[in-house]
Amino acid sequence: MDTTTIKSNFKSEEYFINMGPQHPATHGVLRLLLTIDGEIIKKVEPDLGYIHRSIEKMCERDSYQQIVHLTDRMDYLSSHINNEAVCLTVENALQLEIPERVKVIRTILGELTRLASHQLWWGVMGMDVGALTTYFYGFRDRELINDIFEETCGARLTMNYNIPGGLMFDIHPNFVQRTKDFITHFKTKLPEYDRLLTGNVIFQKRMKGVGILSKEDAISFGASGPVGRGSGYSCDVRKHHPYSAYNQVTFNEVLKTEGDSLARYQVRIEEMWESMAIIEQLIDNIPEGEYKVATNAVIKLPKGEFYQKVETARGELGVYINSTGTKNPYRLKFRSPGFSNLSLLNHIAVGGKIGDLVASMATLDLVIPDIDR
Amino acid sequence: MNISLSITKNIHNWLFSIMPEGVASITEMVLIAVVYLAIFAVAGLYLVLLERRVAAWFQLRIGPNRVGYQGLLQTMADALKLVSKELTGTIKADKFLYNLAPYFVIVTSLMALALFPFTQEFQAFDINIGIFFLIAISSIGVIGILLGGWASNNKFAMIGAMRSGVQTISYELSVGLSLITMVLISGSLQLSEIVEVQKNGWLIVQGHVPAVIAFMIYMIAGTAETNRAPFDLVEAESELGAGFHTEYSGMKFAYFFLAEFINMFIIAAIATTIFFGGWLSPFGITESIPILGLFWFLGKTLVLIFLMMWFRWTFPRLRVDQLLTLEWKYLLPLNLLNIVLMALIVWLNLTIQF
Amino acid sequence: MSYFGDIYRGIKTLLTGMSVTGKYFLHSRKGAITQQYPDNRDTLKMFDRFRGEVVMPHNENNEHRCTGCQKCELACPNGSIEIIWDRQIDPESGKKKKMIDQHIYHLGMCTMCGLCIEACPTDAILWAQNFENSVYNRAYLTKVLNKPGSKLMPGVEE
Ligand code: SF4
Ligand code: SF4
Repeated sequence: MDTTTIKSNFKSEEYFINMGPQHPATHGVLRLLLTIDGEIIKKVEPDLGYIHRSIEKMCERDSYQQIVHLTDRMDYLSSHINNEAVCLTVENALQLEIPERVKVIRTILGELTRLASHQLWWGVMGMDVGALTTYFYGFRDRELINDIFEETCGARLTMNYNIPGGLMFDIHPNFVQRTKDFITHFKTKLPEYDRLLTGNVIFQKRMKGVGILSKEDAISFGASGPVGRGSGYSCDVRKHHPYSAYNQVTFNEVLKTEGDSLARYQVRIEEMWESMAIIEQLIDNIPEGEYKVATNAVIKLPKGEFYQKVETARGELGVYINSTGTKNPYRLKFRSPGFSNLSLLNHIAVGGKIGDLVASMATLDLVIPDIDR
Repeated sequence: MNISLSITKNIHNWLFSIMPEGVASITEMVLIAVVYLAIFAVAGLYLVLLERRVAAWFQLRIGPNRVGYQGLLQTMADALKLVSKELTGTIKADKFLYNLAPYFVIVTSLMALALFPFTQEFQAFDINIGIFFLIAISSIGVIGILLGGWASNNKFAMIGAMRSGVQTISYELSVGLSLITMVLISGSLQLSEIVEVQKNGWLIVQGHVPAVIAFMIYMIAGTAETNRAPFDLVEAESELGAGFHTEYSGMKFAYFFLAEFINMFIIAAIATTIFFGGWLSPFGITESIPILGLFWFLGKTLVLIFLMMWFRWTFPRLRVDQLLTLEWKYLLPLNLLNIVLMALIVWLNLTIQF
Repeated sequence: MSYFGDIYRGIKTLLTGMSVTGKYFLHSRKGAITQQYPDNRDTLKMFDRFRGEVVMPHNENNEHRCTGCQKCELACPNGSIEIIWDRQIDPESGKKKKMIDQHIYHLGMCTMCGLCIEACPTDAILWAQNFENSVYNRAYLTKVLNKPGSKLMPGVEE
């Protein structure tokens, strides 16, 4: 957007601020063009593209094994789930029968990813509303999950542990014990999160009734994940279209009807409990068996269109592959949760204060590389 | 005993013996000013270090521990770095006001320090309207912030400055009223006198219920006065970047930074003097050694500073309208009620005295 | 009355929060999660699957296991591996055989995806656990994995 258009539809008492691309609240290189009257937000226009790496185009060049590692770099906080999404799409297209063991391990790791992502979000959420200490408490617990990942997958953030057909290698012998230890540890720490931040009267006042998103709007903006569920929109892919081992476990889809920032916050906190419950159901009975099925060294998908959606920590991630039968996709498109969640920022922030904008943006839990790809 | 006293007496006599009276007293004033400056610049730096260590301990970290023994020289090194940095500024900034602002802030906070009776003897300026003077001085600092934010030609700084204006005007009231509550019981505005009164029990004990309420209101309002979390809207870093000092660098930034910590010290020192008996030891246990008064004074002050740090590292920040709600709907009415309560208690002689 | 009730409840939640941080303050010695990094180099051990950098192990006779099949080069998504090879006479069998001249690895371009190591049929390349990969010149990041004068370990076939 060029400055002349901004100037032309501008009232004199309003002014204009560039929040970002380098700003502590935008968590990355998001640029928000704010039109403000005093402290009150009149308009928010997100400006994207600062971290665009054309991942989708790169996918058209790469083989299907290679595509997986690019998805690590989209939503880097749920990289395992992104990998899984691509792998599931390819496996479905090839109609591979995936061993139970792989499914269970993928589910456990996916839930661990979700926990880690929510822990980081919680720390950063606290920081955005000014409580700096939460950041370190969140990271302390996330570190344990990262250790689990590092021991089993070899990397802490960009795991690339999934391959079409299964897993790159089997889980580490310590994996089960470490995960159990973590669950025991985190069960004592999660109530602390509530005591430190959730109950705090200042925090409640900052969040309650702020950034309200109605269910209808949530649906029409395409909100998903905790943002949609905070508005009462039942959109959990794990429940409605179970993949991997989600049909073997019982868990609740956390729904809140208030639709304000506090609701979105509480959805994530309660989701952490649900994730722990899922892991507990699976961790003791990981079935024996192969950790991958053999695929051709050069994978060629049959001609056609394939779509698979999964639930990442931020919402619904869709992978669309259009194949012409060659070893590269003709077109690959990611439907990323962050993009549609960002689109409703203007809707929920207008009329609030600058502080409200920061708080509601924090509850959207944006990861910018996920939006820009 | 009385080391500090004998030294100053000696210097005083010596100065007056070699110079005419007028020159000698001016020289003496300058000397004291320089000594105070030196002491509190260093004290401010160590407060920064303390804050960083305390923050680290709250956050499961270790904190600065590399420069010097246990990081004792860390903030010195930081200050050195800041001195050597380039002073940048924005074009179209109002250069004069832009450069003036940091001095406003630092000078007012240093000025207020002169009033505190650190021990019975160690007090630079025992004015008889002490509290009044303190309140007056401490509200000048905000002018520096307003000027700095306005003159730096940056919208984030501007929002920060406007917020600080709003905040200080509101909370000044609570600080003043809660101190006035205590003046009712002490019967004097002079700080040395107020400490004297507390020989029969600290004022927070003498005034019991209303004094405790006044203390709580004072601590809240005092934290807001110094622009520290949870009232750090002025520099709310997740909203405004760095707030009013976004465009300041080098030593000018350091002045703002140092002033914040000296202000924190001042707020805690006022509370110590008014509520906790200043340099008086608990139950007079060390009354025979006056120099220990310094220890008691600093000890109490540090405890209160720690409390403020604890607030800062625990609470989220308020929003600007909530900040005003808190002041005008809660603190102010409570404060007014509290004054009436205190007046009643003093009138009916219900104070607790030993 | 709810006015005072609000104040009471508000203060209570604030004190609850302070008790959490206060507890950690008192246990700060034990609980510190800081890694004092350069000091703890000796005790810092990475997990054995940790992906630090691709290396090619050699045995004591300066022999490696790389046959020059170029599978890793193909598997690499970003061209971090280049293999320069040649057909030479094998001294044992006397036949012409593919042999590597240089196995070039660009650490600066590597995304640590692990596909090359999965692809290698003879396990010639492995992950090393060192993570201190920073250098002062970008050129140092281009490495030749096979040592000078090294040759193929006998018995390793494609
Ligand atoms: S780890 Fe991946 S990027 Fe690095 S050299 Fe191997 S295949 Fe290439
Ligand atoms: S390292 Fe392995 S895959 Fe690469 S050329 Fe050598 S033998 Fe082939």
